[in-house]
Amino acid sequence: MAIKQISAFVENKSGKLAEITSYLNDAEINIRAFAISDTADFGILRMIVSDPERAEEILQDNRVSVSITEVLVVSIPDVRGSFAQCVKVLAQAGENIEYAYAFLTPEAGCATVIIRVDDPKAAAKALSDAGIRVLEQDEII
Amino acid sequence: MFFQKEIETMGRKELDALQLERLKWTVDYCYRNVPFYHRRLDEAGVCADKIKSLSDIQYIPMTTKADLRDNYPFGLFAVPQKELVRIHASSGTTGKPTVVGYTKRDLDMWSDCMARIVMAAGATSEDIVQISFGYGMFTGALGLHYGLEKIGATVVPNSSGNTEKALMYMRDFGTTALVATPSYALYMAEIAKELEYPMEDYHLRLGLFGSEGCTPEMRAQIEGAWNLFATDNYGMSELMGPGVSGECRERSGLHFNEDYFLPEIIDPQTGEVLGPGETGELVITPLTKEGIPLLRYRTRDITRLNYEPCACGRTHVRMDKVQGRSDDMLKIRGVNVFPSQIESVLVTVPQISPHYQLIVRREGFADTLEVKAEIENKDLIDSFVKIQELQGKIKHKLHTVLGIQCKVTLVGPKTLKRFEGKAQRVVDLRSQPEQK
Repeated sequence: MAIKQISAFVENKSGKLAEITSYLNDAEINIRAFAISDTADFGILRMIVSDPERAEEILQDNRVSVSITEVLVVSIPDVRGSFAQCVKVLAQAGENIEYAYAFLTPEAGCATVIIRVDDPKAAAKALSDAGIRVLEQDEII
Repeated sequence: MFFQKEIETMGRKELDALQLERLKWTVDYCYRNVPFYHRRLDEAGVCADKIKSLSDIQYIPMTTKADLRDNYPFGLFAVPQKELVRIHASSGTTGKPTVVGYTKRDLDMWSDCMARIVMAAGATSEDIVQISFGYGMFTGALGLHYGLEKIGATVVPNSSGNTEKALMYMRDFGTTALVATPSYALYMAEIAKELEYPMEDYHLRLGLFGSEGCTPEMRAQIEGAWNLFATDNYGMSELMGPGVSGECRERSGLHFNEDYFLPEIIDPQTGEVLGPGETGELVITPLTKEGIPLLRYRTRDITRLNYEPCACGRTHVRMDKVQGRSDDMLKIRGVNVFPSQIESVLVTVPQISPHYQLIVRREGFADTLEVKAEIENKDLIDSFVKIQELQGKIKHKLHTVLGIQCKVTLVGPKTLKRFEGKAQRVVDLRSQPEQK
């Protein structure tokens, strides 16, 4: 149920992001979703990509610090209240959200939310049991 | 094991008498052959005949690195060029290099000194020793090279650079001892790990490290990574090169070669001679040098002398590991900070690598110290909370040791510069226009 997300440690320097994304492009890896968060000194670039293992290898070869984390990818209907419902289920299951990011797919009438929790497997089960669609790795590639 | 047991275990009285005789010789030799010293000694009203005891050395003016630079290149040489058989120069990281010359006898003496030190460290004629100091104008590589050949060890002069090839020789030759700077020994271990040959393919048992300081914590890391016995030796090109002092198997201080070098400790501010056991700047007078004799050379290194007898049987005085250099010492908001203190903190944090950089800036009227360290544990990369916790922990530890607050910046693995020779970890931007 959990999907592999790749996180890169990015120093706050201009051109760093361009450099990292070009390594992925050169290796024909598609970025399906991403989020960037930053502090004064560094940022973390989190990405869902078409081939996480290969992305990890390519970035490591180019001396970018990366790690793979398991996250949940949830597809919810593009209607009011559906995200509220989703987080309510997680709260009830006692799952703490460390971070989350989302994107809309208007043509499909749904939104995709990527969520990092402590125990992705237990959280995925709670969501599925509540009728919320949790995506598999092959569904997003 | 001794190379020249009779000299290395000579009684204190005999040693003092020998030093006094040689001190008088070198003062007279300088006076007669080096115009710079002729003038200096005349000004100070000192001559060889006035030296009645070793403590009379305090009346002799001291020599600094600036004196060598001012007389660049050959101004302090005491022999005509045809008598010289070798010239070396220091790295010259600050200004002009300092140039030194050796007569045939100087080279013999140097290799004797070096042979004693490598044997005291445990090297034997059975060893295959790889020298990973850079060859060239630097004295480190050739100094060790001649000393090791003198004891009959098998020398592999592979120099620094091309680490992968050096590791290949190490595996294929069955190299048993390594000569390197401590930071390069660590870097080699890092590359060895990346190459993924089993560590059993390496047979190092002895490390002969020098040319830069090494904290006990860093030494423990090197020993752990390579499974070897690490020893420290000390010297500088102005005095001859490596071979001035070195550790025996007891590793409780570095024995001088006292028949060739007379050490003193002074207060770096006032120049006053300090008593045995007191910490201050090391000043050394080489007692037999012909090419470029020096009187009371200020090393800028901070240490302490210990005249107690050593369990190894050697009688020659020991110095503590150098605590820092009086000119490396950073004064930050009025507090004395040695990079070695920071290093000893960083190497105790397992989530970061032992490579670091120190940046000193002036912001407004206050000095700030930034410590950059590499995250080594990949599991931290996805979590701000964990990275920030680690930053906080390092900051707290540094504050405890240094007594000042500093900024800690974590950077990605393997992003800081690696050094093959002397590591240069301090960037002082205080004299520059204000920086962000």
